[in-house]
Amino acid sequence: MTNKLLRRSGPPLLAVVLLLVIWELYVKVYQVQAWLLPAPTAIIREALSNWPRVQMHTLATLEIALLGFFLGTAVGLVLAIVLHSLAPLRQALYPLLILSQNIPIIALAPLLVVWFGFGVLPKVLIIALMCFFPILIAALQGLDYPDGAMLDYMRMIGAKPAQIFLKLELPNSLPHVFSGLKVAATYSMMGAVISEWLGAQQGLGVYMRLAASSFRTDRVFVSIFVIVALSLLFFASIVYLERNLIRWNSRREGN
Amino acid sequence: MLELKRVNMHYKTKEQCIGVLQDISLQVERGEFVAIIGPSGCGKSTLFKLIGGLLTPTAGEVWLDGEEITGKTGHISYVPQHSTLFPWRTVESNAALALEIAGVPKKKALAEVRSWLPRLGLGGYELAYPDALSGGMQQRVSFLRALLSPQELMCLDEPFGALDALTRSEMQQWLLDIWEEHRRTVLLVTHSIEEALLMADRVYVLSPRPARVLAEVPVPFARPRTAATIALPEFVALRQEIHSMLASNKE
Ligand SMILES: Nc1ncnc2c1ncn2[C@@H]1O[C@H](COP(=O)(O)OP(=O)(O)OP(=O)(O)O)[C@@H](O)[C@H]1O
Ligand SMILES: [Mg+2]
Repeated sequence: MTNKLLRRSGPPLLAVVLLLVIWELYVKVYQVQAWLLPAPTAIIREALSNWPRVQMHTLATLEIALLGFFLGTAVGLVLAIVLHSLAPLRQALYPLLILSQNIPIIALAPLLVVWFGFGVLPKVLIIALMCFFPILIAALQGLDYPDGAMLDYMRMIGAKPAQIFLKLELPNSLPHVFSGLKVAATYSMMGAVISEWLGAQQGLGVYMRLAASSFRTDRVFVSIFVIVALSLLFFASIVYLERNLIRWNSRREGN
Repeated sequence: MLELKRVNMHYKTKEQCIGVLQDISLQVERGEFVAIIGPSGCGKSTLFKLIGGLLTPTAGEVWLDGEEITGKTGHISYVPQHSTLFPWRTVESNAALALEIAGVPKKKALAEVRSWLPRLGLGGYELAYPDALSGGMQQRVSFLRALLSPQELMCLDEPFGALDALTRSEMQQWLLDIWEEHRRTVLLVTHSIEEALLMADRVYVLSPRPARVLAEVPVPFARPRTAATIALPEFVALRQEIHSMLASNKE
């Protein structure tokens, strides 16, 4: 188990380390100015020496990212089930939902701030708006297209629509939902940072913007590192959950 | 028990209208084992979809126990041609599916399944996923699912078609033993003459598409039937007869 994990994560880990080493050497050899491109070691030093502040901003970002993610997931799943069950409503709403994804967040965010103030709510809404869509689309795919022969079988032995929904369509959509969750997890971190850019007292987005405007490139990179690490962690926890919930095809899966 | 009255079926696609079944009439009595034999692609699975109410015939009627069930689902228990075990359900929970659909509480359904699994050579596989089973084992789960289902009439669509010859004859013998013990009403579709003659009380022979009933052949061999039955001279003669009937009707 640990061996397998090591073998799988070995190559990508090696690639990252190699990249960092080249980066470090490049900065050292060509004596690149710190405000242009700080060396990885300098970034890590900055992160450690400034840790309490970084931590405070990180927790703020994590909070809204998780809130937005869960809200978006709930909305996406409920909408998927409602639209799947009510065909007319689906025809009416589907174009609107797609439209919702075409509104530039940059334009929407200030409006949300005007309507809901500078608190947590408008940011959570932005994140939820970005997250619900991939989950909705993925869940619908799973609900709408169960295996044809299985559906025929269920109908032939007299399964009622509610039974078909609970015993076939819902379980069939679970792997699809997880694909949606993975996309949404990535979106939620991005969405959190973007929403903080547009007005907040704390959070990695704020920290990053302040750092950039005062040419503290090392701090910009600190926030980038933290965001990347959080995204990866978030993604990994969903993969972990998926592995434990969807055990039936773990054998077929390569990675 | 089951009666098909002059059933006709066409499939209409955009370009053409394919006639699949032509004036099919047949009966199955309660407790009888009837086989339908026909060449590949002649419309055997379509026939089951009609009996199962999934499709409505272009003309003709389907009756079950004195009630017309044309186009009505829920009246038969069914073993499909290709595995339709749910990949997310364990062996026991797959086998319990038809009972659950019929409204039996899950606990009770599972208890019933568990008492059967060892007799199907699936003891110890209760919690395995279908993924981890061989084709023959999957088909036995699928068969158990149908066997436990409350509908009297069992429709088997080439249940052994995808198995290798050895497993196939093992499974035939196994089905024969179970059937001789329980005597459910069975309608078996196959394209193996030997399989039909070994198991059935009566055989309907179908022509190539559009399928017509070429003949209805009673199978006289005494039960219990075994591998030795296949070697009887009468068996060989009957097999030859049906074979030439099918051969002379090739398009
Ligand atoms: N939905 C459909 N639309 C159009 N044609 C169809 C449809 N389903 C089946 N057919 C055609 O009807 C014919 C009979 O199909 P069916 O599956 O009933 O044959 P079968 O006897 O079960 O074949 P096999 O021995 O391969 O299982 C085939 O030629 C097939 O192409
Ligand atoms: Mg078929």
